[in-house]
Amino acid sequence: MRTLKVLLRKEFRQIFRDKTILRLIIALPIVQLLVMPLAADYEIKNINITVVDHDRSTFSHDLTSKILSSGYFKLVDYNNSFPAGYEQMENNETDLILEIPLNFERNLSRENAQKLFVAVNAINGTKAMVGSAYLGRIIAAYNQDIRTEMLPPSKVPNMPTIEIVSSNWFNRYLNYPVFMVPGILVLLVTMVGAYMCALNIVKEKEAGTIEQINVTPIRKHHFILGKLIPFWVIGMFVFTIGLFLVARVVYGIVPAGSVLVLYSFLAIYLLAVLGIGLIISTYSNTQQQAMSLAFFFMMIFILMGGLFTPIDSMPEWAKWVAKANPVTYFIEVMRMVVMKGSGFYDIRNQLLITVGFAVFFNTWAILNYRKTS
Amino acid sequence: MKQFIAFVRKEFYHVFRDRKTLLLLFGMPIAQIVLFGFALTNEIKNTKIVICDYSKDVVTRAIIDKLEVSKNFEIEKTLLGNNEIEEAFKKGAIKLVVVFPPNFNNDLNHLNKAQIQIIADASDPNTATTLTMYATNIIADYQREIMQGQNLPYQINTEMRMIYNPELKGTTNFVPGVMALVLFLISVLMTSASIVREKEMGTMEVLLVSPFNTILVVISKAIPYFFLSLFNLAIILLLSVYLLDMPIKGSLILLFAESALLIITALSLGLLISNSTASQQTAMLISLMGMLLPTVMFAGFMFPIENMPKALQIISNIVPAKWYYIIAKSIMIKGLGFSAIWKETLVLLGMTVFLLVVSIKKFKIRLS
Repeated sequence: MRTLKVLLRKEFRQIFRDKTILRLIIALPIVQLLVMPLAADYEIKNINITVVDHDRSTFSHDLTSKILSSGYFKLVDYNNSFPAGYEQMENNETDLILEIPLNFERNLSRENAQKLFVAVNAINGTKAMVGSAYLGRIIAAYNQDIRTEMLPPSKVPNMPTIEIVSSNWFNRYLNYPVFMVPGILVLLVTMVGAYMCALNIVKEKEAGTIEQINVTPIRKHHFILGKLIPFWVIGMFVFTIGLFLVARVVYGIVPAGSVLVLYSFLAIYLLAVLGIGLIISTYSNTQQQAMSLAFFFMMIFILMGGLFTPIDSMPEWAKWVAKANPVTYFIEVMRMVVMKGSGFYDIRNQLLITVGFAVFFNTWAILNYRKTS
Repeated sequence: MKQFIAFVRKEFYHVFRDRKTLLLLFGMPIAQIVLFGFALTNEIKNTKIVICDYSKDVVTRAIIDKLEVSKNFEIEKTLLGNNEIEEAFKKGAIKLVVVFPPNFNNDLNHLNKAQIQIIADASDPNTATTLTMYATNIIADYQREIMQGQNLPYQINTEMRMIYNPELKGTTNFVPGVMALVLFLISVLMTSASIVREKEMGTMEVLLVSPFNTILVVISKAIPYFFLSLFNLAIILLLSVYLLDMPIKGSLILLFAESALLIITALSLGLLISNSTASQQTAMLISLMGMLLPTVMFAGFMFPIENMPKALQIISNIVPAKWYYIIAKSIMIKGLGFSAIWKETLVLLGMTVFLLVVSIKKFKIRLS
């Protein structure tokens, strides 16, 4: 016990001595947590549209203003040359081109049918699908307007309409920060813990001070604990600032569930993450190696954690990668507790798996740390 | 010149001596491109949804059939009450519920109006909006089909053509982004440790007392990594084309040159970080923690930049990966030439010059 106390004092002193790093591990997460969530808006709006109007009739004007008043579209250009519109699409200035043919109004009355042509920039498939569906619906509604206007009331066809009422549970107004802030906080805490821990032992190796520790009767697990605890405390601290200062004060996010559940999970999760850092540290001889390894795993953990893209859409083998990723579980738990108010019982699976990770990684790290080279 | 070659040779020795790091630097881009190329997509596939059909008539069955065909959904048909839906959402077992009220067909025929309720678990707003959209589109399609069968007067038909990516594949949008991400971050990482490492090891002093030229020392640090990155770039392009099925419609040489420009920008940024920090740990915190999330979020492939608040749109301009992403898409997917991307190229070039000048200015020839 006394050994551990002494070791801890040494570690804390080393951490607090380097003011630059201390400032960075507090400031980097907070600044990012303030800025990033606002960038993560997936709702598709502001679709840029170019209207190529060869007709210039009342109908074509009405249709255009109907499209613009829907609120989804922003008119980039209104002209009568398709190649000009296409060039705008090439230059990323427009997402959709609506081409209204010459004599659209006249032929619609004469031939009873007319065709509109729409070109969609489909590089972003989701956006293309949504944009074209919005546009299709507006055109259909306008079509019905024309019928009501042109035909005597008795002849207006009865349109059986299927009305779709959608409701969004747990997050009625599709508030993005409430979804992104907890997730991004998880990523930041993970990075702080894993990076700092990964570099720590290796730094002693590079500086040669590890030799001095190796010749003392300090036990392996004391040494590992001495390295773990300070970063565990820092991780808890960063999380607390993020949750209470940034999430609550700035974004007004108050967890629906119990904070105790969150902190209990965090306590175990941090052990798992720090364990990964320790393993990296024991396998590397130089800080550069540790850095590259840590970067490799962190990038995979962060991008495969299900925060940015859904895990359900991954191919089967990639789902296994996501399942072997501690970040996945913490993000799930954060969402469940913060937004749905889930309790210990709901998160028991994630908790058990994370305990497993923590035990596994730390045992591995202790076994792999050798006092003799 | 001789002095410069000597320096470059020294740096090459440094890089090639550390086999573990070298292996990582080669292995990383391969593993990441393959993994992210396949796994990251904003399409939502195979999501479990529940359909509560209280009507069970011809129309509801027709609509359910249409939903079942979609690769986006895996359908389960049960009747759930509100509390059960909430339970299922809480467990995370399902993401969407579609409810057909009783007498659906009846209402549709006699009142001309019937309602379908879609309930989404919006704790993930991205998935919720996308799934609601998928379902709404399928139902709207069905409705359009009924109407077109009726041969109505004044019918406006719309022909939609999806340009550049007719199958609406998610990879088309994501792979150029992943390329930008991997190339940029690995290159920053490589050089960010280089100079500060010599400071930490004390070998900087040896350099400082020798009659070297500041610029040459700084540049020579980046050269081995530049060649390493070019090699990585070749592998990344090969994987993108042959494994991930990405087209390169434009000029391969142009794409290679533009990618090399991104690499130089990233290496310069790494040098600047290395020059302005006192320890490898600080350099790493900045280059990894400071760069990863902003690059992911502001490159434009995860979240469309035009959706962001104005202030963030302006911030996104300083992220080099954003410009490269535009360039890569233009060359690979649209098949455009240099005349379409000269502005973006100029921005990257400007950033590179700025970063290099600042990092050379920051290089101190005195120990503190």
